[in-house]
Amino acid sequence: MEVGQLQRSFVEYMASLFREGFLDGQFSQLQQLQDDSNPEFVVEVVSLFFEDSERLLNDLTMALDQPNVDFKQVDAHVHQLKGSSSSVGAQRVKNCCVLFRNCCEEQNTEACLRCLQQIKQEYLLVKNKLQTLFELEQQIVAAGGAIPMVQ
Amino acid sequence: MEMFANSSSISKGMGEVVASEEPHVLAVDDNLVDRKLVEILLKKSSCKVTTAEDGLRALEYLGLAAHQDSSKNSNGSKVNMIITDYCMPGMTGYELLKKIKESSMMKDVPVVIMSSENIPTRIHQCMEEGAQIFMLKPLKHSDVERLRCQIMQCRG
Repeated sequence: MEVGQLQRSFVEYMASLFREGFLDGQFSQLQQLQDDSNPEFVVEVVSLFFEDSERLLNDLTMALDQPNVDFKQVDAHVHQLKGSSSSVGAQRVKNCCVLFRNCCEEQNTEACLRCLQQIKQEYLLVKNKLQTLFELEQQIVAAGGAIPMVQ
Repeated sequence: MEMFANSSSISKGMGEVVASEEPHVLAVDDNLVDRKLVEILLKKSSCKVTTAEDGLRALEYLGLAAHQDSSKNSNGSKVNMIITDYCMPGMTGYELLKKIKESSMMKDVPVVIMSSENIPTRIHQCMEEGAQIFMLKPLKHSDVERLRCQIMQCRG
């Protein structure tokens, strides 16, 4: 595929991610921070987000699997996940975390388990989308093009 | 075990004689992603950054931990600002702020508190204790640019 086509696909894909609420303005902030002195910044931060999230989702699974669920601990994990998803602009994951925290407050294990399922799904979706985005970027660069800035 | 991460050090031909132009900020946050983000935001605003993952490590860096002799630690005197998350396990940002303000060496260093939650009583509590500014997360480039102006003003 030629560069122009790749760039157009990239712009359209990005626009769809914002339109569908997967990403919000904070992700644009990250993109704007990337420059020649930090050329891999977005990928680095997003990789940390993946690493952090996967660890937290495991911790949450274990915490909710206990006979006596420690809701304070569960809430602490969700708070962390809410923080990192918010900082990278993963809006749908962040919104799920908000709901999850309500369930923790009510100390409702069943509801928490449903929230956890939901978050796992949203996380996998956004992870997939972001990886696709990064692959598109790599293709553009490999074809000798510049990555378009999308506002 | 590496507890702190320093941005690239500025080489000073004559050892410690030449003061650095770049403000030195100590950033404290237990969240991995947020630590990375605050580090980049500060570097973009031409600050030298040291990060710590919790209050105790921050105090240790500054030489203020209970087991330390602060007269033997020179890090604190080089730090121009401390920016810390509020919600941290062990020691909250508020508790860290109090310890800093109790120290004769560090009490005049501006401390910025960050939080993802906009809770008026929390904000009030931190401002009462002497926090310079309270900032809402996630941080943006414009937030940090504002901070830098504050640091430069404080240095005089």
